[in-house]
Amino acid sequence: MDKFNIEIDGKTIEADPGSMLIEAADNNGIHIPRFCYHKKLSVAANCRMCLVEVEKAPKPLPACATPVTAGMIVRTRSKKALEAQRAVMEFLLINHPLDCPICDQGGECELQDVAMGYGKDLSRYTEGKRTVKDKNIGPLISTEMTRCIQCTRCVRFGEEVAGFREMGGMNRGEHLEIGTYLDHNLQSEVSGNIIDLCPVGALTSKPFRFKARAWELQQRPSIAPHDALGSNINVHLRRGEVMRVVPRDNESINETWLSDRDRFAYTGLNSDDRLMQPMIKRKGVWETVDWSLALEQAAIGLKEIINLEGADELAALASTQSTLEELYLLQKIMRCLGSPHVDHRVRQIDFSCQDAMPLFPGLYQSIEQIEHADQILILGSNIHHDMPLLALRIRKAQVHGAKVHAINPLPFTYHFDVQHDCVCDPQDMIILLMGIAAALNISLGVEASISDTAKAIATDLQSGKRVTILLGVLVEHHPQSSLIRHLAKLIADQCLGQVGLLTEGPNAAGAWLAGMVPHRQAAGKKANKMGQDAAQLCETPKKGYVLFNLEPLDIGQTNVMQTLKAAKFVIALTSFKQADLLDVADVILPIAPFTETVGTFVNLTGLWQSFTAVSKPFGEVRPGWKVLRVLGNLLELPGFDYEDAFAIRDELKAQVDAFTPDAPAPLPAITKPSAQEGLVRVGHWPIYRGDPLVRRAQPLQDSGLNGSVAAFVHPALAVRLKLTVGQHVIVQQSHAHIQLPLQVDERLPMNVVYIPAGYSETAILADYAAVILGAAT
Amino acid sequence: MKAVKKFFKTFFLWELLLGLKLTGRYFFVRKITLQYPEEKTPTSPRFRGLHALRRYPNGEERCIACKLCEAVCPALAITIEAEPREDGSRRTTLYEIDLFKCIYCGFCEESCPVDSIVETGLADYHFEKRGENIMTKQKLLAIGDRYEPEIAAARREDKEYR
Repeated sequence: MDKFNIEIDGKTIEADPGSMLIEAADNNGIHIPRFCYHKKLSVAANCRMCLVEVEKAPKPLPACATPVTAGMIVRTRSKKALEAQRAVMEFLLINHPLDCPICDQGGECELQDVAMGYGKDLSRYTEGKRTVKDKNIGPLISTEMTRCIQCTRCVRFGEEVAGFREMGGMNRGEHLEIGTYLDHNLQSEVSGNIIDLCPVGALTSKPFRFKARAWELQQRPSIAPHDALGSNINVHLRRGEVMRVVPRDNESINETWLSDRDRFAYTGLNSDDRLMQPMIKRKGVWETVDWSLALEQAAIGLKEIINLEGADELAALASTQSTLEELYLLQKIMRCLGSPHVDHRVRQIDFSCQDAMPLFPGLYQSIEQIEHADQILILGSNIHHDMPLLALRIRKAQVHGAKVHAINPLPFTYHFDVQHDCVCDPQDMIILLMGIAAALNISLGVEASISDTAKAIATDLQSGKRVTILLGVLVEHHPQSSLIRHLAKLIADQCLGQVGLLTEGPNAAGAWLAGMVPHRQAAGKKANKMGQDAAQLCETPKKGYVLFNLEPLDIGQTNVMQTLKAAKFVIALTSFKQADLLDVADVILPIAPFTETVGTFVNLTGLWQSFTAVSKPFGEVRPGWKVLRVLGNLLELPGFDYEDAFAIRDELKAQVDAFTPDAPAPLPAITKPSAQEGLVRVGHWPIYRGDPLVRRAQPLQDSGLNGSVAAFVHPALAVRLKLTVGQHVIVQQSHAHIQLPLQVDERLPMNVVYIPAGYSETAILADYAAVILGAAT
Repeated sequence: MKAVKKFFKTFFLWELLLGLKLTGRYFFVRKITLQYPEEKTPTSPRFRGLHALRRYPNGEERCIACKLCEAVCPALAITIEAEPREDGSRRTTLYEIDLFKCIYCGFCEESCPVDSIVETGLADYHFEKRGENIMTKQKLLAIGDRYEPEIAAARREDKEYR
């Protein structure tokens, strides 16, 4: 439909038919005061603050709920409109406490701002104000419910965006209270957004409580370092110290939202574990030393390994939380030294499809396109925990009518409707996928049985016009991940859809581009000398290791600790002290976390997002790229004379632009999966255990979303093994055994034992490997 | 004639006598000299001297860490840090005024919503070492505790103009 003209405050503006007055005004820079209206939420029209005068209307109308009509004449500042707005303000202030001096919202409060413009100096109200008991809704959000003006933004956010109705209104009229009904911690992984949404100080950030005032804070832009979406954030600092993190609007990535992980992980920055100075181990005792000595020791150690054992005995492992520049320099040092053994895929087991990988793993479509998909198949991902904001996009698609199917080895909770939620053991996942492929008439070359579920999913997928198959981290860690990828590719091709890989960490795509893989150099060039992958590097011990931003419990391979302990020389570049790391390393170099370094993250759509340091490094800490640059100089390697980090990025960018990668190799052939024998342990890094920074964010650890450290089995299995809930059981794998309490979950497959990864208690256990459970004596 | 006049004036020490007359007059006039520091001139209740932090009669400190004084201070002399106290109330953990920076404008007491930070009538204080110019929360509260009657009296006197 064509746009038409309306007049607001004497200004003629164009408006879309069907849009509301307030939208038209906002688009043209005319401000109308509001509390309950939010551009991302439905219209509630319950605060009445946006009353405006419309010609020929007998009474003032709420701008947020009045659709525009052609030729409408609106006055937002006329006597009638202002009188109405003042009257509403007076009503709102009747029950609002006058506690701005102790309110954290003071200085950035919408009610305070509007009261400055419309409020009266004196209240005519002499009766007692109402008070509301505060609710305890967890360690992230503090409540002061007396301040609530019942705009219901938080309620609508839960219902419409998060898909998880936790907040609600109780009682009526003057007694209306917003709360969770039964006191409990908010379980949503995006609950922090209600802090931003609340126009008053009723919901404020608990870790930030009373720490600083809005006017004291400096705002610096940055990129969130916890998932591959690369959410845009603003970091707020006071006197150089990070005080809080808030979202920065970016419609194409995070819209106006932010996950709790990205919002509250900053609380780990100043943990007691933070490394302040370089450390070296002399005769088994750790000493803090200065940089020159530590770097010298590191260089000597590396040279010794090369001279005595050969360059082939040196390996580097890095986390995807490192910046593009750091990863590029690390692999450059290693390759210059003659060692091709570099990898960032520390939790992957099956590498047989690595040659078939495109330039970098990603979504291969824009994030917004997910919203427009009509059939979505999620494979092996706890999507709400792994990528909270991508899950919101999927929810949007589902609300618009898309069908979502999920196949996982573990039971997960979804905040959208899932058509088929299949929880089956790792081998059955493949059998089910083969069934779907067979039902779609794809010739696999092996025999496949088509179950009813497979048939139903296949029928749905076939009916879709925009099919998306998302492969999550549980597929990435799967022992036959190549096979699953191949099947997903075949199914997507048959349905003219797209396969997206949901990688871990903020910079997996960057790691591939930077050449932090053993078979490809920077920009995706084939490696001159093929290196060993992360699994081989942990299986067959090398003499020297460089660990970049990694703690042993971040590595999902078997025998990590033994391998690292057996090594002659281990350098760890990290931001935090950790017991296992102190145990295995010989030199520890403190590097800066994302707030104190400059770098680039490449998100899952291949977008290069550079960010600068928001604060000065802590103590003697130095940015990782500088440490690697100096290490390169000390090792007398050519080409390490960068003056700033962006020179490194530009060098890599030029290589990426100049090089056209060969077409990826075909995926390995499809083989028939063997049936699962015995019990298999499936691990998953819980939402707040995935990286060193988030593990140290205490409020997130207290939120309860991680679940407990236990062995989870199906109740029938517990009965069969004669084990009872809560009892300590011995979990045994070929090389290790630990004791854990037993928990049951009736949604688990019969032969799967879920034991969370990311805890030092469970780090010794191998992922997707056979396991034996027995009663502890 | 002029010379004669001058001769007699000089000879009879006339100028000296005139001077002694003035001395003599002031010798018998009522004295206005104050014996400082034992005696002091009266000051206005609005006098802006050394700062103090006040308490409520029940002993609870008034300051709620709203940081308005910190924001309004034109000399950036005030530094405040706050966090929730054990009982959950909003309190300062650090409240410092740098007296070398302070220009005694009195904006801090004007901005205070709870009459916590005040400028007392104290004008005579000195520092002997560097660092003593920083008035910590402890020192400010101690001054408040000691001079509370005077502070309260001054506020009372000025009440109707506030």
